[in-house]
Amino acid sequence: MLEIIDLHASINGKEILKGINLTVRDGEVHALMGQNGAGKSTLSNVIVGHPSYEVTQGQILFNGKNLLEMKPEERAHEGIFLSFQQPVEIPGVSMVNFMRAALNAKRKYWGQEPLSAGDFLKLMREKRRIVELDNKLANRSVNEGFSGGEKKRNEIFQMAMLEPTLSILDETDSGLDVDALRIVAEGFNKLRTPQTSAIVITHYQRLLDYLKPDIVHVLMNGRIVKTDGPQLAAEIEKRGFDWIKEEQ
Amino acid sequence: MNSEQQYIDLYLQAQELICRHSSSLMNSRRQEAFEAFRQSGFPGHQAERYKYTDVAQVFSPDYGLNLSRLDIPVNPYEVFRCDVPNLSTSLYFVLNDQFYDKALPKVQLPDGVIVSSLNKASVQHPELLERCYGRLARSGKDAINALNTMLAQDGLLVYVPRGVVVDRTIQVVNILRADVDLMVNRRVLVVLEDGAQARILVCDHALDDRNFLATQVSEIFVGENAHLELYELEETHVKCRRMSNMYVQMQANSTAVLDSITLQNGLTRNRADVRLDGPGAEVYMNGCVIADQKQHVDNNTLIDHAAAHCQSHQLYKYVLDDEAVGAFAGRILVREGAQHTVSKETNANLCASRTARMYAQPMLEIYADDVKCSHGSTVGQLGDAALFYMRQRGIPEDEARMLLKFAFVGEVIDSIRLESLRDRLHHLAEKRFRGELSRCKDCKLCK
Repeated sequence: MLEIIDLHASINGKEILKGINLTVRDGEVHALMGQNGAGKSTLSNVIVGHPSYEVTQGQILFNGKNLLEMKPEERAHEGIFLSFQQPVEIPGVSMVNFMRAALNAKRKYWGQEPLSAGDFLKLMREKRRIVELDNKLANRSVNEGFSGGEKKRNEIFQMAMLEPTLSILDETDSGLDVDALRIVAEGFNKLRTPQTSAIVITHYQRLLDYLKPDIVHVLMNGRIVKTDGPQLAAEIEKRGFDWIKEEQ
Repeated sequence: MNSEQQYIDLYLQAQELICRHSSSLMNSRRQEAFEAFRQSGFPGHQAERYKYTDVAQVFSPDYGLNLSRLDIPVNPYEVFRCDVPNLSTSLYFVLNDQFYDKALPKVQLPDGVIVSSLNKASVQHPELLERCYGRLARSGKDAINALNTMLAQDGLLVYVPRGVVVDRTIQVVNILRADVDLMVNRRVLVVLEDGAQARILVCDHALDDRNFLATQVSEIFVGENAHLELYELEETHVKCRRMSNMYVQMQANSTAVLDSITLQNGLTRNRADVRLDGPGAEVYMNGCVIADQKQHVDNNTLIDHAAAHCQSHQLYKYVLDDEAVGAFAGRILVREGAQHTVSKETNANLCASRTARMYAQPMLEIYADDVKCSHGSTVGQLGDAALFYMRQRGIPEDEARMLLKFAFVGEVIDSIRLESLRDRLHHLAEKRFRGELSRCKDCKLCK
């Protein structure tokens, strides 16, 4: 599904990613761990096409297509979704209008008719239940006045609406209490299918206990330095990153 | 020839013709206005209230005037369909500067309410007009007042007698219509006697692809306990220049809503001077500006708190794109003795391009010591974080920008009290941002 080959990327002239190689197959969940500043968020931003980052070398293929040539919105239409570490508040833009614009843009991209207002609202109602998102929140402006937990639930709700094939969860567990974490993680699991994959960026084992990654990577100084099964996450939880650093 | 001279010459040459097609009331103020104009000329950039609009340049092109008041061969009731549906109004037209009375709305206004041409009313109600005309918009105070008073030949009167409530919205559509470049000088007089209530919606349209220059001087009297709502909506085109001066005098416990929406224009300067003359008067002003290309919109307000216990609330929002220029200068003056004044002025602006420019100048002068006042202004750009967030969800960049701009003016549109106008404005603003709001789309003349 996703193939990253020798990816180098920089921001403001500073190189952050220094040769990333990563392959994600259909149905796999990959965990991406590493210390602050290792380049985890940079990698997710580069995959979704954030304009602040410059790719200086390498390529990203998504289902065989060259992702780096696509605009952020086209990447979204192709099925890539980023659950933001800090979801943005957009005062004055209602969740309904926001989601409808997003969904219909995707449908248009794939040559489908826009959803009728009735069908759209029905879909929203359905998907809201997955993350127990209150109707009141759905009627408000995007993320405006949402608590930290509500914002993250709203991210998973949007994911449910857009049905991406590759989801990137960037520290979706940060700022969540135990109950909110469970709701978000269970919501995510309900959306999983053998055709959908995910990259989960996290510092903690807790989220991974729910999501059960197939593969765990450790990112250090812009490179993936270690790749192993789920037990790697447990080991990092116990021992930190220093022992990996020493291995290098 | 400098800009003033052509108007001075015009007046000297055409004085007799101007007077012949006007009323003795309007003629009686002309000479004084002429002297004032000749003395002052157009204000330059150094004039505090004209910093942001180059008046001399606006007036320098050569425009025709219809001083002989030839009939304009059009029945607006047949060619014009209002942009604000579901609004059952009593509909009136002002064609260029002529009140159209060859056909009038069938709906009867309450007894004593007058909506008519100024000249006609000056014959029927000389004492009323003598009491009000030219009393607020003094020629000595402002060159546009002087020029308008010197050249205007007719105008519009809306009069509501004491205690009378006009339920139905009075809608006045100003139509610019000409086969040559044209200057029009409109005059408006609104008088609400004590306890009267009225709602007036004024829409500006231009039917022809010509250069237009419209001056408009409005004098508005709001009596004790009276309630006025006045909505001005401009939907003209890039070749239209509008210089509007509005003077409002409010008596004790009166309220006024004075909203101004500029959706489509060329160059617009709206001056609004509101004097809160009696205790307990309240004024609410909302301004919404959407401008792009090289459009220019300058709103200049003065709220004069001359009595105690008055309130003023202003909210002006601008969205500027391309090379548009916006200006908002709002001065609040709280005079000595105007205790317990509550005054709030908010101006927020969005420059959606690097080349759009906004001049913001909120001003607050307080000479009383027990008041609650605030004023503030912001100028910002579209948020990059929000734009990217929306694009990541698949919303194309243009659409995302449109949604953000629309959201920005949403606040001020939501605060418009006239429901049908509010609903319609949401729709019109969205179309405007999508570039689908072409001029006169509902008008048969242009098809």
